[in-house]
Amino acid sequence: MSTTLTADQAPDREQGTGAPVNTAHLRRAKRERILTWVMPVTLLIIAVCLWEFLVWYHEIPKYLIPAPSLIAETLVRDFASLMASSWFTVKLTVFSLALAIVGGVFLGALFALSRPVELSLFPFAVILQVTPVVAIAPLILIYVDSTFAALLICAWIVAFFPILTNTVIGLRSADHNLRDLFAMYRATPWQKLRYLLVPSALPYFMAALRVAGGLALIGAVVAEFVAGTAGQHTGLASRIIESSFRSEIPRMFAALFLVSVLGIVIFLLTTWASHRVLGHWHESEIRREH
Amino acid sequence: MSGGPIIVMDRVSKKFGDVPAVEEFSLAIEEGEFITLLGPSGCGKSTALKMIAGLLPLSAGTITISPPKSGAEQDLGFVFQEPTLMPWASVFDNVFLPLRLAGVGRGDGEPRVRNALKEVGLSQFADYYPRELSGGMKMRVSIARALVTRPRILLMDEPFAALDEMTRSKLNNDVMKLSVDHGLTVVFVTHSVFESVFLSSRVIVMAARPGRLTADMPLQAPWPRGEDYRMSQEFSAEARRISETLKGTLHVDNIDR
Repeated sequence: MSTTLTADQAPDREQGTGAPVNTAHLRRAKRERILTWVMPVTLLIIAVCLWEFLVWYHEIPKYLIPAPSLIAETLVRDFASLMASSWFTVKLTVFSLALAIVGGVFLGALFALSRPVELSLFPFAVILQVTPVVAIAPLILIYVDSTFAALLICAWIVAFFPILTNTVIGLRSADHNLRDLFAMYRATPWQKLRYLLVPSALPYFMAALRVAGGLALIGAVVAEFVAGTAGQHTGLASRIIESSFRSEIPRMFAALFLVSVLGIVIFLLTTWASHRVLGHWHESEIRREH
Repeated sequence: MSGGPIIVMDRVSKKFGDVPAVEEFSLAIEEGEFITLLGPSGCGKSTALKMIAGLLPLSAGTITISPPKSGAEQDLGFVFQEPTLMPWASVFDNVFLPLRLAGVGRGDGEPRVRNALKEVGLSQFADYYPRELSGGMKMRVSIARALVTRPRILLMDEPFAALDEMTRSKLNNDVMKLSVDHGLTVVFVTHSVFESVFLSSRVIVMAARPGRLTADMPLQAPWPRGEDYRMSQEFSAEARRISETLKGTLHVDNIDR
């Protein structure tokens, strides 16, 4: 019964254990690391130095273009206020992204499972998506009492759509032969969801997450611009508007800097999450050895 | 081998819309037979196979499969033309799938999965992911998955069509060996005359538009067959005989159009 048959040759999983191949391989990996990190950082440092130099050399007034050193100084001086605002924007972004994930996945699953639900609700989702959030925001601000809730809704509208569409596509993307296989083995709907549909949808979902993460931040900032809120419990957008009214250009740059840092952090986090989830199997995350 | 056929197809027809894919197809398969359905593309051989597997509803006729004696989780194993593995799951989890879907726990399933992998020569590859395997190895995983439930019937839909000649003949040897060892009843779909002659105890030649049975040709060569059979006079004679029959059906088909 248990006759062992010979397999094909083993693929060289540990690629190039031989010495020459190995060093060449390592050198290439090292070069790639340099290219992905060292090059952009170097370029950035050069650009900042050039900026500093040009501002000093041409004696450009700080209300036009402030020097990087002045922006850094402002960051330190206004640290408390800027941090409070950053924290507000972070909260807004994270909450709206979380709600976009919950809502998008829930509705997406509903759409994928039921054609009638999709046909009846999808047009509304599209309307929500194609109407610019700046145009809806004033209305939302009128109808919703809490400013935070209103801003949250605005940011959510922006981040929600890619999650929804990608979840729908992802849940429908399962290989048809695998579907047949699951049917043949009489998988329950739950088993089919758990072992086939969800894993098939993950690459689509992770792509959507990377887009939605950035969009949630954009939504949070744009909504706050429209709301034009002032006072203590406001975000980075309010700091920018405020500084613009007072012609505090260095402070404007400082707030802008913090917004981009947030965006970069979100991008890195979602990229890292995508790699963690898909790294071991999906084409998009696998490094090709040449 | 007990009396009575294990699969009976009685005047089975299948239409996709108005297009007839299979028409009035009748076939009785005895336990332990190795049947190949041979024919040009579009002759409905894959459709027939999927109907046996219960993956396609019939438009007319009946398919009866005799009830199994033991309580296997699944009496049928199916091997697709592509390996059809889950790319996110390891080789082990791919082979474990049919047991998992039947509610078998990991602990109970593990020795069975290991055994199935051993039978296809992949003991060392349980923790690999499909993308790390060659085409032939992926196909072996697919076969291990089909066999892990200890089915009586193995259905194979042009499983090796995409593989190179060397890998293909090697897998042919292995499939034949497995089918003998397990006393499997195999229904094997192919468009290769040589594959059908090498593997089967009976070749069913089919014609296209609409798909129908044109010849039922038993092969006498004793089992198991080895490389010497592939080189023998008898093999080429049988191949020629079946080729002629197949050509006949193609010829008729051309005039029809």
